[in-house]
Amino acid sequence: MGLTSQSTGAGVLESELKIERSGVDDKVIALAGNPNVGKSTVFNSLTGLNQHTGNWPGKTVTNAQGKYRHKDKNFIMVDIPGTYSLMANSVEEEVARDFICFGNPDASVIVTDATCLERNLNLVLQTLEITSNVIVCVNLLDEAKRKKISIDLKELSNQLGVPVIGTSARSGKGLDALMDAVYDVTGKKALNSPLQIIYDDAIEDAVSTLEPAIEGVLDNKLNSRWVAIKLIDGEDTLLKALQKYLDYDILSDDNIMQNVSKAWEKLSEAGIDHNMLRDRVVSHIVSRAEKIGSKTISYASEKYNRTDRNIDRILTSRIFGIPIMIGLLGMVFWLTITGANYPSEMIAKFLFWLEDRFTDFFVWAGTPSWVHGLLVMGIYRTLAWVVSVMLPPMAIFFPLFTLLEDLGYLPRVAFNLDNFFKKACAHGKQALTMCMGFGCNAAGIIGCRIIDSPRERLIAIITNNFVPCNGRFPTLIAIITMFFAGVVAGPLQSVVSTLLLTGVIVFGVFMTLLISKILSKTILKGLPSSFTLELPPYRKPQIGRVIVRSVFDRTLFVLARAVSVAAPAGLIIWIMANIHIGDLSLLSHCAGFLNPFAKLLGLDGYILMAFILGFPANEIVIPIIIMSYMATGNILELDSLDQLRELLVSHGWTWLTAVCTMLFSLMHWPCGTTCWTIKKESGSWKWTAVSFLVPTITGIVICFIFSSTVRLISLI
Amino acid sequence: MNEKMIPLNYLPLGKKARVKELTSDGAIRRRMLDLGLITDTEIEALQRSPSGDPIAYDIRGAVIALRSEEASKILVEAIY
Repeated sequence: MGLTSQSTGAGVLESELKIERSGVDDKVIALAGNPNVGKSTVFNSLTGLNQHTGNWPGKTVTNAQGKYRHKDKNFIMVDIPGTYSLMANSVEEEVARDFICFGNPDASVIVTDATCLERNLNLVLQTLEITSNVIVCVNLLDEAKRKKISIDLKELSNQLGVPVIGTSARSGKGLDALMDAVYDVTGKKALNSPLQIIYDDAIEDAVSTLEPAIEGVLDNKLNSRWVAIKLIDGEDTLLKALQKYLDYDILSDDNIMQNVSKAWEKLSEAGIDHNMLRDRVVSHIVSRAEKIGSKTISYASEKYNRTDRNIDRILTSRIFGIPIMIGLLGMVFWLTITGANYPSEMIAKFLFWLEDRFTDFFVWAGTPSWVHGLLVMGIYRTLAWVVSVMLPPMAIFFPLFTLLEDLGYLPRVAFNLDNFFKKACAHGKQALTMCMGFGCNAAGIIGCRIIDSPRERLIAIITNNFVPCNGRFPTLIAIITMFFAGVVAGPLQSVVSTLLLTGVIVFGVFMTLLISKILSKTILKGLPSSFTLELPPYRKPQIGRVIVRSVFDRTLFVLARAVSVAAPAGLIIWIMANIHIGDLSLLSHCAGFLNPFAKLLGLDGYILMAFILGFPANEIVIPIIIMSYMATGNILELDSLDQLRELLVSHGWTWLTAVCTMLFSLMHWPCGTTCWTIKKESGSWKWTAVSFLVPTITGIVICFIFSSTVRLISLI
Repeated sequence: MNEKMIPLNYLPLGKKARVKELTSDGAIRRRMLDLGLITDTEIEALQRSPSGDPIAYDIRGAVIALRSEEASKILVEAIY
């Protein structure tokens, strides 16, 4: 749920890779590595670019770039997707492989996790087959030390034949040495002689049959040995990429194809078929990694992972797993709701005090009253509402949520929920893309790229909107604090609010599963595809970084987005409220027009209009509702939540209105950015329309059923 | 077929086993190989998810959750 300017808004839409060199001497560095090895931390520390790290595979789904200068050279670092392998079993692996092969990087830095190095060596060895300009960065040495794992970096470098640098990127240790090594490798001061993996005789024989034939075609641009293995393997996606890169159709080169057949004759003689070839290639790499590991890694304690396993045993236990999950969510909400109350009032008081001063100024300056109306009553007041209603909950909620993310809890959520997704015939990774949706639905939809099967990916895209994003959380929290917090008195108040919010979220997850199931039984029929999920080690979160990152990357980002949309919206609302047609203002006419339909859903015309006007950004729904009511009401001073509640009640709000507004906020059309992202990701207007209609129709149906039932049994 | 071989999903929690055979093919087989599941790889069943499936395994120092569909296509020999 990286909610940075890069992964939300316009930045998120740029998936094409374009590298902008500022000079011919600039060196391009590919930054690769397994997921969860702190690759993004290395990236951020070196480039200073603020980019968020997530705890699941495929977080970095687009290529992020950053620049840094070391000594006398500029380096452009390209953060490629985290992968375990370059065998192109998934989209990220394909992207990673294609960039290392065809992106012409001057060097590739492979970031590895010192706490499970052997597994990481798989990717290192595969990369060494492609290019010799590799620098291995053994990261998380601090974590390894804590687990009493020691690594012989020098021996590792000997074994691999490339520079190996140990780092603890979170505290910045070793990064200078890493930059030095990159400098030397790109400046050809250090010549690497990477180890070569020798396969079975039969495979080697086949490779040497083909290799001479392709050397001429490759023109030294690629490692001929590696291309020979891949040609024999006949890997589809690589052949296509190769053709495009070389601008040469290898498949219609008779000489090469004849040699491929010859190679296969040799393999067949040795009794090797296609599956076996691949098995043997992979087995060789894996057992080589194992051998290198045994020479370079030593464990002082057998039980180095015991703490993690014990925590997992509790957090994912049969009895407590799901209650703890809901409990943690509830606690985050409780802290947010109780904590946000007081600062919200303070900020509101201050901002409205400031409004009075502005008014004084306009009176003093003698400007026409419509200028004051437009600027102060229109724009300023809306902004003041946005800031005072949204800032405090966000400033508490986001750091807490980021903390859970940083600890490594989210993959456990996916583990706990997987069976439900399987039963809904959806992909297990949808639990992860759903979690990303809590941050930003547009980011969640981009994240759906980690799902390979097109059917399951579409399901994940269409249902992503059923969890509230950062823009909608404040709406839900605001309604709860304004409306329900006042209903129950005393200490129970915050408990009731928390339960309500938790209930809404759990309902959103339930609807995600239900709609996924319905989709996979109707327009997107099929069975769930294969799924593996890594539960990465728990990491000690860095509180300082968590706060800085969540405040700057998320809170201020969301607030800025809200403010930039709210200002013009405030203006429009004020104008609509002050242009009269007949006896009524334009605002009342519009609301009146929507009212009959809105009433069926338990809402009113103003609320529905706020949702429509909120299409560019969901953040402004509540401010618009308040502004519309203020424009038509007679309460002038609003400096406490109680008065806000009175404002809503005086416009006919009951608990039913509040619940229906929350339900509709949870289930309606995706915001503008999200719709645009869906179009880009699915490449089809049809699926964009489906993604727009499915949550909208669901919301309308649920609100209608809920409000009619309540009215029918006369609860109101 | 070795009589001691069982599908991985039948391996009791807390027990270790050695991988003997992958019966899957295509993309699933490749993914299993990428996890490092080659012949004789040691694997330990760690933890069941609250609803019983998937199960988390220790594979070469990493904790990987596999659904029963995938685990049943990995034949292992338990180490007692």
